Amino acid sequence: MSGLVLDRLEVRAKGKMIVALTAVVKPGEVLTIMGPSGSGKSTALAAIIGTLGPEFSLSGRLVLDGRDVTGLPTRARGVGILFQDDVLFPHLSVGGNLAFALPPALQGRKARRAAVEAALAKAGLAGFADRDPATLSGGERARVALMRTLLAEPGALLLDEPFSRLDAGLRDRIRTFVLDLIRAERIPAVLVTHQPEDARAAGGRIIDPQGRPVQAGP
Amino acid sequence: MTADGALRFAPRLTLLLMAVPVIAGLAGTLRPAFEAGSVARLLDWPGLPRAMALSMGTGIASTVLALALTLGLVAALQGGRLFTLILRLLSPLLAVPHAAAALGLAFLLAPSGWIARALSPWATGWTQPPDLLILNDPAGLALTAGLVLKEVPFLLLILIAALPQADAPRRLMLMASLGYGRVAGWMLSVLPAVWPQMRPAVYAVLAYSMTAVDMAIVLGPALPPTLSAQLVLWMTSPDLSIHPVAAAGALVQLGLVLAALALLRGAETGLARLGCRLALTGIRGIRADRWLAPVVGGAGLLVVLLMAGSLAGLALWSFAGPWVFPDAWPQHLELDAWARAAPGLGPAALETLLLAALSTALATGLVLSCLEAEARFGLKPGGGALWLLWLPLIMPQVAFLPGLAELALRTGAEGSTGAVAAAHLVFVLPYVFLSLAAPWRAWDPRLAVAGAALGATPGRIFWRLRLPMLLRPILTAAAVGFAVSVGQYLPTLLIGGGRVTTLTTEAVALSSGGNRRIIGTYAMLQLALPLLAFALALALPAALFRNRTGMRPGA
Ligand SMILES: Nc1ncnc2c1ncn2[C@@H]1O[C@H](COP(=O)(O)OP(=O)(O)OP(=O)(O)O)[C@@H](O)[C@H]1O
Ligand SMILES: [Mg+2]
Repeated sequence: MSGLVLDRLEVRAKGKMIVALTAVVKPGEVLTIMGPSGSGKSTALAAIIGTLGPEFSLSGRLVLDGRDVTGLPTRARGVGILFQDDVLFPHLSVGGNLAFALPPALQGRKARRAAVEAALAKAGLAGFADRDPATLSGGERARVALMRTLLAEPGALLLDEPFSRLDAGLRDRIRTFVLDLIRAERIPAVLVTHQPEDARAAGGRIIDPQGRPVQAGP
Repeated sequence: MTADGALRFAPRLTLLLMAVPVIAGLAGTLRPAFEAGSVARLLDWPGLPRAMALSMGTGIASTVLALALTLGLVAALQGGRLFTLILRLLSPLLAVPHAAAALGLAFLLAPSGWIARALSPWATGWTQPPDLLILNDPAGLALTAGLVLKEVPFLLLILIAALPQADAPRRLMLMASLGYGRVAGWMLSVLPAVWPQMRPAVYAVLAYSMTAVDMAIVLGPALPPTLSAQLVLWMTSPDLSIHPVAAAGALVQLGLVLAALALLRGAETGLARLGCRLALTGIRGIRADRWLAPVVGGAGLLVVLLMAGSLAGLALWSFAGPWVFPDAWPQHLELDAWARAAPGLGPAALETLLLAALSTALATGLVLSCLEAEARFGLKPGGGALWLLWLPLIMPQVAFLPGLAELALRTGAEGSTGAVAAAHLVFVLPYVFLSLAAPWRAWDPRLAVAGAALGATPGRIFWRLRLPMLLRPILTAAAVGFAVSVGQYLPTLLIGGGRVTTLTTEAVALSSGGNRRIIGTYAMLQLALPLLAFALALALPAALFRNRTGMRPGA
């Protein structure tokens, strides 16, 4: 079965239940986790990406495309992440950032360069490969970050409030761009946000970190 | 063992590498002290009380002065233009080896030194160098001055590094809004927050100042010298029967240092209590600001001027042609001294470079392994680990190096470059660690998560992300280590068994001869090597990442 399955994924710290999620996210679907500060959004993300600290205890299963990835380290899960900031690597060029993400199986300098160029073109950034990431605009950086994540060919995508740092006009455009790509590439995605408009735009189910449905009504 | 397993072991290995030489060395040094008659013979030495008093006096006085000046500078002036100027001028002075600083100061202060020449004959009436004991004075004032000059830049940088965690600007604003004076507000609100991080450095400065041998030989009194300087004379004496006396002396020196540290600890508690009581009185200390700012500002500038004059004097002497006494400037400049010194300078410089490169490479590798292990396995170093790291810097060198030297002698390693480099490592590593730990830990952990989410292994994250992104602080830490190695006197002398000659050992050995031109060449080169290392540490990342705005310092 393809998609991301959260099977009674529960996180506790000092006996307190912080996260309790059960959900199926089909390819191209976006599950939104929304909740007030301290409700456990960051903890839920950490559980899915595999960066929970030792003070937390995790139970349940995380299944990606039929593969149980619960115990795997972050790098072996096939789960990509977009942070609040773009977190581009400042010492690499834009092309270097993208090439870092390309799977090693794609071999040959030319082929890798071509894959990078194609990704940039898709993001409307053709010819940006040799640019210094620090010289890009916020919107350009956000698009590079998304393309970098997608080049690693993730089985699922986590979005950690990726639009909240963008200013209003830009936010709509980037959000559309990201969500359209997710649908086009048929990637299951989990969006963490505290902005109802993000949740509505995502178009999928909206729950809180304890798995309860949330109304994102206007 | 897998690479992962080896990495996990790195912190423990490193702490062992620090602690074992110190403890084994201590045991080896002190054992002969308990031979029958050693202590009695030491007590028979008439110079003992005076040598002990000198160690205590110069050590404590220089530490108190350096610490007071450092705290005063930051408390009264930080944020101002004068402070920025002083800081900018003092920071590079950290790279100046102790011996070079001492020799330069000696050239400046001596009766025939630059200051006397500049003032003669018009102000002093001297046409001959006066018969004054300005240098090597029996009270150790010149030595104290030299120690202060050398320790202020060190303490200042340690304090500056500790400040960000103290949230100083907001605390100061709060204190100011409560009506407190600048200095009083700083001492009451910021100092308690930064002190725990400064404490080991202050302890190290105190222990070092009490026992510094190279500076004591150049600037200190002669009959008797400070206790440590006398111990080294005995330890390197061909008369083997005196060695147990030296061991007994080392025991006394260790006791003195421990007593001084206990005194400092007591003073800390006392002052803290006094501070609390002061805080309760609500005294705002407004008037103190008015006279403290100019006093510490002036003292800070004096330190800068003395150091600059010392270094300029070294350079000038190395190029000086004929230079008769009251002239303020040599008749002409020439390269004769450099030509004459070259046959000795070359090999000494090479040996210095080799030792520094070996010990720094090893130290940097170990420190990176420790920090990477900490990050990868989520290890949290306890307070005990930090003290072990400081141990080699706090224990008096004369108390453990002779024991190590004996060990080296028995294993046949004495006099080899490898053994001396290993001894340097013990002193280089703590400095490399202390310089690198903060920038390393400040690296945004999301970068590692981003890398891992893109499928990168921990190794790839280390080599391709963390290492290049932290290249500047890594190279800076390595340059600090390099400078520390270049400056090492006693480890080179004792573990080298007199057969490993570096610029430092040679410069100190030459200091008694008084050929200022030749001394100048050695000291200049001794100074040039660390400066070169620092220049490289700045230039290399700047060149590699010249097209990466996000890699600039402060970006
Ligand atoms: N180490 C820990 N031990 C115990 N409880 C913890 C620990 N870390 C976090 N928590 C608790 O877990 C809960 C969820 O924290 P989390 O950071 O996931 O919230 P969040 O929804 O991301 O909040 P925000 O929107 O402010 O980022 C909080 O109540 C927090 O106090
Ligand atoms: Mg959060």
